[in-house]
Amino acid sequence: MPKAKLGGAEIEVDEDGFIQEPDKWNQAIAEDIARTEEAFPMKEDAWKLVNYLRKYYLDFGIAPPIRMLTKQTGIDLKTIYRLFPGGPAKGACKVAGLPKPTGCV
Amino acid sequence: MSESETPRLDQLETGPWPSFVSEIKKMAGRKPAARDLLRQMELSYKDRVTHWKHGGIVGIRSYGGGVIGRYSDSPEQFPDVAAFHTIRVNQPSGWFYSTKALRQICDIWEKYGSGLTNFHGSTGDIILLGTTTEKLQPCFNELSDEAGFDLGGSGSALRTPSCCLGPARCEWSCIDTLDLCNDLTHSFQDELHRPAWPYKFKIKISGCPNDCVASIARSDLPIIGTWRDSLRIDQEEVRKYAADGFDIENEVVALCPTDALEWDEKTLTLKLKAEDCVRCMHCINRMPKALRPGLERGATLLIGGKAPIMKGAFLSWVLVPFMPMTPPYTEFKVLVRKIWDWWDENGKTRERVGEVIERLGMARFLRDVGLKPLPQMVFRPRANPYVFWRSEQK
Repeated sequence: MPKAKLGGAEIEVDEDGFIQEPDKWNQAIAEDIARTEEAFPMKEDAWKLVNYLRKYYLDFGIAPPIRMLTKQTGIDLKTIYRLFPGGPAKGACKVAGLPKPTGCV
Repeated sequence: MSESETPRLDQLETGPWPSFVSEIKKMAGRKPAARDLLRQMELSYKDRVTHWKHGGIVGIRSYGGGVIGRYSDSPEQFPDVAAFHTIRVNQPSGWFYSTKALRQICDIWEKYGSGLTNFHGSTGDIILLGTTTEKLQPCFNELSDEAGFDLGGSGSALRTPSCCLGPARCEWSCIDTLDLCNDLTHSFQDELHRPAWPYKFKIKISGCPNDCVASIARSDLPIIGTWRDSLRIDQEEVRKYAADGFDIENEVVALCPTDALEWDEKTLTLKLKAEDCVRCMHCINRMPKALRPGLERGATLLIGGKAPIMKGAFLSWVLVPFMPMTPPYTEFKVLVRKIWDWWDENGKTRERVGEVIERLGMARFLRDVGLKPLPQMVFRPRANPYVFWRSEQK
């Protein structure tokens, strides 16, 4: 696995830039990932999304469904794409330090 | 003579059929990725296991889909396919292209990708096979700004709607499939490019019940052109078929699934019991000069078709027996949004709409989206005497 310099530390990431050591995640790392995702500087709503994703992941071990994410945070999908041009999976989840969501092609 | 790098794949060229191996080899001389693709595939045939990693999330700005990430699990051995992402490009309605457009796509893809294409994937999109992460955005920019194409759907989103060639080339088309497909694609851009649902959702459109795009089996919501009045019979042409020795009684009347036709040998007339006709198209297909669809046209909407993944394959059920299909298709759009909302609210992850309906019941689905149960929705009257009854009903 390649390593990337994030938040001042060497962190293992996969080929898409998702961090492989979720325990090491912190705000500085999130901001550095956000830079690679054209999502920097992070606004208040971006943090709200990231914190929600982070908490959901720590509680349940997976990323939440999109409908739950938009309902619970009150942030609609269009706004999510404005805050994270990569979208909720490629953008927000990556910044929140979640493992790569598996999806169907 | 040097030994082939791909002896197993070479066997696939020996049959009488066109071979994808031969086609990829043509490109292998010019594109290192095509050569590594063959070499990796050879190894997969030897090991009997795929050497693509599972998953991969890559994409272009502001889109949640349209690109499928592919990485080799042996990048040291096959460096030119270390990243080999697929781009889905939204095809035009009915797959009509100018040669200029096709050349543009191929030129762009030779510039940014492996040069290998697949016209078309089973959803209908143009499939551009194999590029690297850095080239995705510039490739999309050129496809979009220069050639006028957009990406198709992928992931848990509305997949690229597709349709038969319809009125452009077919006399039987009861609706303008091309316009409808184009209109829906433009109306549902958000649903297409920003995955938000439990799973994928496919809309396919056929102009008549022959269903040339097999929408009934391959889409969650098939739209199939039909007519509400009765099919038209030109008795003069019928007599010509008879005079030419065509066996109307056995080839047409006896094969009508609902016995809706009668052939009068004496008067040489074909009679239709319109109320029995289920619009299967058999008689029209056999006697195209004499029989034609009716004039009051629209579409039948169905729901729930899918291929097996979570559960077995489903054919779609009839949902709306007849809906007029004229621009701006408001009635359809209102209904499909209700269906999406219901499915999104009730569906579990990876559950197609047909599976949710099966789990919760058609009665509940119809009630929630505000449709009445109709005789056309059932295949035959049931033999079971029990009826469903809700406690709030007296």
